[in-house]
Amino acid sequence: MPEVPVPLFHARVQVSLRPSVLDPAGEATRAAAARLGVEGIQRLRIGKAIEVALEAPDRATAQQRLELLSDRLLANPVIEDWSLDLADAG
Amino acid sequence: MTIGIVVFPGSNCDRDMRWALEGCLGLPTRFLWHEERDLDGVAAVVLPGGFSYGDYLRCGAIARFAPVLDAVRTFADAGGPVLGICNGFQVLTEIGLLPGALTRNRGLHFLCEPADLLVSPGPCQWLEAYGDGERISLPIAHGEGRYQVEPEELERLEQQGQVVLRYAGNPNGSLGDVAGLCNAAGNVLGLMPHPERACDAALGGIDGRRLLASLGA
Repeated sequence: MPEVPVPLFHARVQVSLRPSVLDPAGEATRAAAARLGVEGIQRLRIGKAIEVALEAPDRATAQQRLELLSDRLLANPVIEDWSLDLADAG
Repeated sequence: MTIGIVVFPGSNCDRDMRWALEGCLGLPTRFLWHEERDLDGVAAVVLPGGFSYGDYLRCGAIARFAPVLDAVRTFADAGGPVLGICNGFQVLTEIGLLPGALTRNRGLHFLCEPADLLVSPGPCQWLEAYGDGERISLPIAHGEGRYQVEPEELERLEQQGQVVLRYAGNPNGSLGDVAGLCNAAGNVLGLMPHPERACDAALGGIDGRRLLASLGA
């Protein structure tokens, strides 16, 4: 009997500083943007994007594992928010 | 009575701590490698400064999963004295033994300088030898020491006397001028300044001595 391949899911987790948290690195970058000559930037906040490829039996399981990963490791809820973008298994 | 000093890959104040405790104060120490699961009867645990696991992801985030920290958490919950300095303070917030988080300094600079601090010992057993309102000086050396917490939580911490060390001149933008915090029971202390670098008069000050000596008392 041929083996059934386990689906591979690709996800992108976006971690950003909560609005109440100061982002001095973002402010410094905004200042540099002005020196570059890019005008009109009202807000610039620096976060991180984490790309994950994950094997899971189905989409719901993948979603569940990625939520646990995001909430308990990738982001610190005291200072950061996260959002998850999960693509269909490819 | 032996004091355990946790060593993570990337710790760099572990040997300073051993020198301060053994060389300056005559207190025996034992290094606890991050993969150990048994504290082996130590009387107190110190999480030293440095860059545990390269501070990847966030300061202290990976250290949270070190096997030795399960034992440290159990030890702390049973009332055992735990001290986290600089990166050690960051680890204590990541594992939830202390509330809040340490974020990038307001001015972005890595700050390496003496800091004047105001002590309010409150319930903290590590600070029993200091007077309420006493002003001391300890060195700081960090890029991410700005204390961040929700305003309601900060108010609660203030009311319970858990903000035990405040910056007199707030060099990093910490909310509430917080330089050090203890838990409600008083056995866990986290602070950004380095008491182990202020134990020998030859290095410019000895204001950290009483904090570390409280273990031998």
